[in-house]
Amino acid sequence: MLSIFNLWVSINDQAILKGVNLTIGDGQVHAIMGPNGSGKSTLAYTLMGHPHYRVMQGSAKRDDQDLLELSPDKRAQLGLFLAFQNPYAIPGVTVFEFLKCAHQAVTGQVTDVKIFRELLADALVSVGLASAYAERAVNDGFSGGERKRLEMVQMLVLKPKLIILDEIDSGLDVDGLKMVGLSIARLKKENPMLGVICITHYQRILEYLVPDQVHIMRDGVIAYTGDAGLVAQVEKSGYAGLV
Amino acid sequence: MKKGLNEQIVTEISEKKNEPGWMTDFRLQALAIFQKMAMPIWGADLSQLDPYDILYYLKPFEKTEHSWDDVPTNIKNTFEKLGIPQAEQKFLAGVGAQFESELIYKSLQKKWADCGVLFTDMSTGLRDYPELFKKYFATLIPAHDNKFAALNSAVWSGGSFVYVPAGVHIDMPLQAYFRINSMSMGQFERTLIIAEPGSSVHYVEGCSAPAYTKNSLHSAVVELFALRDAHIRYTTIQNWSNNVYNLVTKRAIAYKNAKVEWVDGNFGSKVTMKYPAIILKEPGAKGHIISVAVAGAGQHQDAGGKVIHLAPDTTSNVLAKSISKAGGRSSYRGLLKVIKGAHGAVSRVNCDALLLDDISRTDTYPTVDVQEQQSDIGHEASVSKISDEQVFYLMSRGLSQSAARAMIVNGFIDAFVKELPMEYAVEINRLIAMEMEGSIG
Repeated sequence: MLSIFNLWVSINDQAILKGVNLTIGDGQVHAIMGPNGSGKSTLAYTLMGHPHYRVMQGSAKRDDQDLLELSPDKRAQLGLFLAFQNPYAIPGVTVFEFLKCAHQAVTGQVTDVKIFRELLADALVSVGLASAYAERAVNDGFSGGERKRLEMVQMLVLKPKLIILDEIDSGLDVDGLKMVGLSIARLKKENPMLGVICITHYQRILEYLVPDQVHIMRDGVIAYTGDAGLVAQVEKSGYAGLV
Repeated sequence: MKKGLNEQIVTEISEKKNEPGWMTDFRLQALAIFQKMAMPIWGADLSQLDPYDILYYLKPFEKTEHSWDDVPTNIKNTFEKLGIPQAEQKFLAGVGAQFESELIYKSLQKKWADCGVLFTDMSTGLRDYPELFKKYFATLIPAHDNKFAALNSAVWSGGSFVYVPAGVHIDMPLQAYFRINSMSMGQFERTLIIAEPGSSVHYVEGCSAPAYTKNSLHSAVVELFALRDAHIRYTTIQNWSNNVYNLVTKRAIAYKNAKVEWVDGNFGSKVTMKYPAIILKEPGAKGHIISVAVAGAGQHQDAGGKVIHLAPDTTSNVLAKSISKAGGRSSYRGLLKVIKGAHGAVSRVNCDALLLDDISRTDTYPTVDVQEQQSDIGHEASVSKISDEQVFYLMSRGLSQSAARAMIVNGFIDAFVKELPMEYAVEINRLIAMEMEGSIG
């Protein structure tokens, strides 16, 4: 369970989130939609602990643990995972080295190199990347779509408990969207308690990832909440009639 | 033995080593040159260095005089963290312990000797192979080359003499590491490598652990001769304690279709001035310089490379990486020269600097002198910083801040580390991780 209460967040002394309240129950998928600048990505970065975002007040708790007092690595170790809208390149560091290290940090266990190699190859192939990508530098020279696929690989390998997808659909074609849906489904099969926050502008990703609740953000707050039916309404008439 | 430098001391050094008259004369001439030449003012700041306040020669029994207890705790801790065996730790700290790898060295030495390979210390080379020694010694870097080459020429002690006969390929790296008690990593060592036609050799010196010395000046000279179709690779990893002025002259000459590679990692020291050079003397010769310099608080790494294309169809590649942190300064100083008539010469120079904070500094001082129009020259330089976003990205996957930064830095120097023998590569990665732990706060 993730409980966000009256969360205010500023960047460069300008308030972006102005009292967000949101509860994600175990096993639920929540979609967050809303116009540009409404604070969707700010919420994602704040939950993960980006150093440029300053929490002014409020709380965000994972079960009883206050997330906001933890550094990003500690949040990851609690099972939080953010799939980035624009994943960063780390030149000279291979996907294998990076994920081996991350896997060890998150699980607290050293996995045999050979077993980990197989695990990684399996994840790569399942999202449509050749297993040879394990030896490429992280996101270096990757296309937009490849970067998004690598985000899913990281998710599959690290097996998080609560996933935030920040516009995972940008840069992905239909096959890519399907791949995201299958990746989440695969993790959910292993862990029915898996929670998902899917931030998006578009309806189409939600065809592959059916939300239990849909939230519309506007001006830094959750302005409207509905069920999956809300998506079609947004697609048809925009946000105008809702918020 | 007193500090200082004069004819008497130089003569004494030569006498102690039972050197032939020509070497004594060479040393004395070099001393005169050293005394006449001004301190170089074009590079790093040497104004605090007084070369007359240095101990120039230690008798063998004096070497062990300072004890393990005198070695600073932070250096001992570093040895522990790097996983350096105790016996090696003592040597590296200059305590002069016996070294167990001597046996390994002995068996390898026999194997090499059977092929006619000579791998010995310089004084032995001079004594046992006088003609060969004299034919090459100081012909590439004469005493008057620069003030510190002159100094080394006057007081040199230790270093390796390597001779590889025609057509012989030495399949594993020759490591100065293995025979440290026969040579001791000197302050003024001098290395001479001769690779006869069609031979190949990889020579490795140094270690990623800090080389602790009470003496504050290290001034080495290294000369490499790669004859026709020969291949020499020379790998150096140095991590001098941060009181040391590290002023080294390294030069190689490559004859027809020969290949020379300098792989040079500079960690530590107070000031380093080192620009490995390659003279591509005959057609088809190739030169490759790949280096890393890490400058921390109070350190200036003034490093780079020089390549001189004297013949057609010669190629060179320079990749210089530097990391500056905690107010440290790194400079790339390079020379690329292509003379008229060296048509078809191809050269690529890349210098990449990484700044870890806003108080550190990096500069590039490239000199490009191309006299031949039919040549292909490329020079690129980049300066980058570790971004908060990259660190956040890695931390969001569970890595601590220091682990994230170390990973980014290791990625930055990956192209260099790949060139190192495995055990060195592992040590360098650990060293970077340690440096990153220290740089956050």
